[in-house]
Amino acid sequence: MDLELIRMKDVMMQYKNGVTAIYNLNLKIKKGDFVFIIGGTGSGKSTLIKMLYREERPTKGEIIVGGLNVARLRNSKVYKLRRKLGIVFQDYRLLPKSTVYENVAFALEVIGTKRDEINKKVLKALELVGLKGKIRNYPDQLSGGEQQRVAIARAIVNQPKLLLCDEPTGNLDPEKSMEIMKVLEDINNTLGTTIVMATHDKDIVNKMKKRVVTLKEGRLVSDEEKGKYKNEAI
Amino acid sequence: MKPFRMFGRSIRDAFRSVFRNFSLSLASISCITITLIIVAIALLASLNVDNFAKVIKEDVTIVVFVDRDVDDDGIKKIEANLKRIENISTIDYKSKAELRKEMQASSSILDATMKDWSEEENPLKATFQVKVKEIEQIEDTATTIEKMDGVDSVNYGKTMVNRFLSAFKVIEKGTIIAVILLVLVTVFLIVNTIKLTIFSRKREISIMRLVGAGNFSIKMPFVVEGMILGIIGSIIPILIVIYGYYAFYQHFDGQIYSPLIRLIVPEPFIYWISLTVLAIGIVVGMLGSYQAVRKYLKI
Repeated sequence: MDLELIRMKDVMMQYKNGVTAIYNLNLKIKKGDFVFIIGGTGSGKSTLIKMLYREERPTKGEIIVGGLNVARLRNSKVYKLRRKLGIVFQDYRLLPKSTVYENVAFALEVIGTKRDEINKKVLKALELVGLKGKIRNYPDQLSGGEQQRVAIARAIVNQPKLLLCDEPTGNLDPEKSMEIMKVLEDINNTLGTTIVMATHDKDIVNKMKKRVVTLKEGRLVSDEEKGKYKNEAI
Repeated sequence: MKPFRMFGRSIRDAFRSVFRNFSLSLASISCITITLIIVAIALLASLNVDNFAKVIKEDVTIVVFVDRDVDDDGIKKIEANLKRIENISTIDYKSKAELRKEMQASSSILDATMKDWSEEENPLKATFQVKVKEIEQIEDTATTIEKMDGVDSVNYGKTMVNRFLSAFKVIEKGTIIAVILLVLVTVFLIVNTIKLTIFSRKREISIMRLVGAGNFSIKMPFVVEGMILGIIGSIIPILIVIYGYYAFYQHFDGQIYSPLIRLIVPEPFIYWISLTVLAIGIVVGMLGSYQAVRKYLKI
């Protein structure tokens, strides 16, 4: 049985303006892992996440996510990958004119799930993030932390194998950030979802004691199990 | 099952977003309404002008004068020969006596001069009044008839017919070009308005892509929404067509200045125009949305 969920081999990514964001990256992530991608501004951590959900295509190399060759995926087939993973952003990206329930249900509706199944899954996901009481609210009636939890519910409602997080706590204060991290850890433990999270929040990385992949100027500089945030590496 | 379910959702989402983005929808709807009113008026005008031309064309008659010495058998022969000509639609025979009666009935002065004529003295010639199918070929038909045995001469107002013919050609071409241009301008205006309104929903589209919606299921609600905008936008133009044209028709009593310039009878004409306006509204709304979304799908 193949336990690898993500495999990146000799990946290089150069933007059209000539800036190289990633040099020769080799990375393997197992099923059920919780991995932090850390690094300063311009280290390439966001680019790495973007390549995993095929927002960007690598210039060279191979990226396999859950058996799909992401580097070669055509635009019109991107949805196949997106249905296998959930994505959470710093700015939540919720539909402002839809309620909490509708925002989460949206992810299932666009793939044609049955109504009663949607209802069940949405309530379950919202319960998991602790927002079952606010399903009729609109995003602007919620705090930042709550909005991020809605985004997480939307990302996991389809029970994906992989959850990608790009600075999910970037807009939140330390207390709310830890709440989010608890929700993520809970998802990792109870659902077995693989989580890859890009962050530059030192406290979070140090408290969570998970695998830490450090990037510096587009190069992988360290990869440690139960790692700490290394200032000298950045 | 699944495609139907998704189609149903598209319709629901489309209605929802028409109302949730009401101010933007209103912009598109009013744009569609205004341009469709102009298109509807152009359609009404051009079809009526076409109709004038048709009525006048139908009224053009070739009068065939028969030689005075042709007997009844000769008349029948001429009639049979006329029937053989492809381009002739109706043939109406009038004998000398009938013509004389008609002329006497039409004016008292003619009556005074003609009433003393005996049957032999009658100087009139028996005639066939012939109507043609294709007015463009009227000259050929007239010469063919003129060459027939027993035919004295033909008359169809050659110069006037030719003048009408060239005028109609210009009018027909002009109205067709005007309507096509107007429809194109409408499409252009509506596509741009919808593009502007969809621009503000770029984020929504990117989120749809993010959660794994296929291109088709992203486009669908927008296309349905365009359809709804088209339908709503064509309500006022249709009302204007139905009530406006009725009022117009009644005001002019069905004709402008002379019975030759006859307006098209409102029913069922206005319903056809309404359907056309609705169809243009729907197609243009869908097309506009489709074009506008496509831009954000990186295809």
